[in-house]
Amino acid sequence: MTDINTTRRELLIGAGASGATMLFAVRPAGATPEAMKTAIRKVIGEAKVSTGRIKLDIPPLVENGNTVAMSLTVESPMTAKDYVKGVHIFNERNPQPNVVTFHLGPRAGKADISARIRLSDSQNVIGIAEMSDGSFWSHEISVIVTLAACLEGTN
Amino acid sequence: MARVLINVPATAKRGSVIQIKTLISHVMEPGFRPGPDGKIIPRDIITLMTCKYNGEEVFRADMFPAVAANPFVTFHTIATESGKLEFAWTGDNGFTETASANITVE
Amino acid sequence: MTAARRIFHILHAASLPACAAAICILSLAAAPLRAGDIPLNQRQSGYDTMGRDTRAMQDDDTANPATLWLLDGEALWSKKEGAAGKACADCHTDAATSMKGVAARYPAFNTKQNKPLDIEGRINNCRTEHQQAQPLPFENKDLLALTAYVARQSRGMAIAPPPENMQPVVDQGRAIFEKRQGQLNLSCAQCHDDNWGRKLAGSAIPQGHPNGYPLYRLEWQSVGSLQRRLRNCLIGMRAEGYALGSPEYVALEAFLMWRARGMKMESPAVRP
Ligand code: HEC
Ligand code: HEC
Repeated sequence: MTDINTTRRELLIGAGASGATMLFAVRPAGATPEAMKTAIRKVIGEAKVSTGRIKLDIPPLVENGNTVAMSLTVESPMTAKDYVKGVHIFNERNPQPNVVTFHLGPRAGKADISARIRLSDSQNVIGIAEMSDGSFWSHEISVIVTLAACLEGTN
Repeated sequence: MARVLINVPATAKRGSVIQIKTLISHVMEPGFRPGPDGKIIPRDIITLMTCKYNGEEVFRADMFPAVAANPFVTFHTIATESGKLEFAWTGDNGFTETASANITVE
Repeated sequence: MTAARRIFHILHAASLPACAAAICILSLAAAPLRAGDIPLNQRQSGYDTMGRDTRAMQDDDTANPATLWLLDGEALWSKKEGAAGKACADCHTDAATSMKGVAARYPAFNTKQNKPLDIEGRINNCRTEHQQAQPLPFENKDLLALTAYVARQSRGMAIAPPPENMQPVVDQGRAIFEKRQGQLNLSCAQCHDDNWGRKLAGSAIPQGHPNGYPLYRLEWQSVGSLQRRLRNCLIGMRAEGYALGSPEYVALEAFLMWRARGMKMESPAVRP
C-alpha cells in the first residue's frame, strides 16, 4: 500500500504541472456535468426546471469529502393539494451522478431534510424539488472539498 | 446485524410537525474502489429506507453510493395520532434491517 | 484505505492546495526554532478548530456515528467471555460509576506487569487475566467498542495529570514527540507546538490533543484509536511508525495526556 502513498507524497513535494497531469491520467472515470444532465433528464423527463423554492445547504468548504453534511428545505404549504413530492440530489464529479432521492408528501408537514453524503472532489451539487403540480425547482451550489492531511498507508 | 439509532419524540401535540433522526451502521461500500489486491471491492450499500406511520408510508429515500458510510437521515412528519413509526432499510447482498418507535399524541 | 480513495486525495491535491501544501511542508521542515510547550491557557481541543458541521455531528449523540460503537460496547460490557465465563459487568457492575474518570487517567502504570498500559491495554489485560479470553487485536471492532464505552464514562471530565510513577514514561514520550524523524525530517512538535492554527493542504493543524479518543474520523469513516491517529501522522511524516500496541505509542499517549492535563474529555468525539 505504501507505494501509492509515495506517489501522493511526491506530488506534495514536487507539485509541478507534470505531476498534476500525470495524476490526471489515473483519475477514475467519474461523472461529468454532462452525465449529471443526463441523469437529471432521466428523472424529470422534458419538464422545465426553474430556479428557486428549494434551498440546498452544504458548507462551502468541506473538511472531508467522505462525510459531508447536507440539508435542504423546500418552500411549500404542504397541504393535500399543494405539496412536495420528492427531492433529487445530483452531483457532477462522483463516479455516479445520483446521490439520493427523497420521497415525501403532505404528511411530512414540512420539507426539511438532512443527510450525509460523499463528494469525491470540489464540484457542483444540485437539488431538484418535484412538486405535486408537476413543476420542478432547483438550487445548484458549488462546494470546495479540502484534502485531509496525514492519511493512512494501510487499512 | 446493523446497529440503529432512532430519535423520535416520545410525545407530541396533535398536528405538530416533529423531527425524526435516524442513524444506521453500514459501510456503504460504493463499488468502484480497488481493494488491497487491486480488484474492485463489490458495491455494498443500502438502497432504500422507508418510514411508515401506523402503516402508512410518510417518507422514503433511494440511496446511491454517494450516501456516506453509516447513513444519517433526518426528516419531518406531522404527529397525527398515537401509534408506531416503523423504519426499514434494504440493500445489496440481501441487507435488511428494521426498527420502530412509539409515539403518544395528545 | 484503498487506492481509489487515495487517488481522490491525490486529485484534491492536484487541484488547488497541492502547491501550498508542498511549500508548507518544506517551510515547516526548514523552521529552525522550537517555540516550546503551548502555554496552558492557550490550549484548545481539536473540536475548537473544526467546522460548524463537524462540531454539530459531535454535539448530538444521534448524529455522531460513534454512538453506534457505544451501543456495541454497551452490549459487550454485559457479554460473558472466555474460559472464566465472566462479563465485564460481573466484576465492574455499572460502567457509569465504576468506569467514571478511568479513561481520563490512562495510560497508567501497571505494577503487576511493571509497565504502562493504555486503556486498550488495560481492557485486554482484563480479558486475558480476568476473563481468560484471547486479547483483542488493535483496531478490532469489539476492542474499539469497549474502549469507546469505557472512555464515554469520562466525557466532560478533566484529564488527570499523570502520577509520579508515570514520569519516566511521559519523558520518553516527550523525547519521541520532539525528535525529528522520517524522510521529511519533521518532529511532532514542529506541527503541533509551533504551527498549530496554520493550514496544511487545506486542513487546519490542530494542537494534537488526545482528549476525544477513540473517535469517529470522517477520513476513516469509522471509529479508530489514538494509536491509529498517531500512526497516520507518522505516515504523513514519512517515518517508520511503530507496531500498534508498542511501548513507543503508549509513551506518546502518556505524553499527550500530560500535555492535555486539565482539558476536558470528549470521547467518543468526531474529527475530520
Ligand atoms: C473477573 C473480574 C473482572 C472482569 C470479568 C473484568 N475485569 Fe476489569 N478489572 C478487574 C480488576 C480486579 C481490576 C483492578 C486491577 C487489577 O487488579 O487487575 C480491573 C480493572 C479494570 C480497569 C482499570 C480500572 C482503573 O481504575 O484503573 C478497566 C478499564 C477494566 N478493568 C475494564 C474491563 C473491561 C472492559 C472488562 C470486560 C471486557 C473487564 N474489565 C472485565 C476485574 C475484572
Ligand atoms: C506535518 C505536520 C504534522 C506532523 C509532523 C504531525 N502531525 Fe499530528 N496532525 C497533523 C494534522 C494536520 C492533523 C489533523 C488531521 C486532519 O484533520 O486531517 C493532526 C492530528 C493529530 C492528532 C489528533 C488531534 C485530534 O484532535 O484528534 C494527534 C493526537 C496528533 N496529530 C499527534 C501527532 C504526533 C504524536 C505526531 C508525531 C508522531 C504528529 N502528530 C505529527 C499534522 C501533523
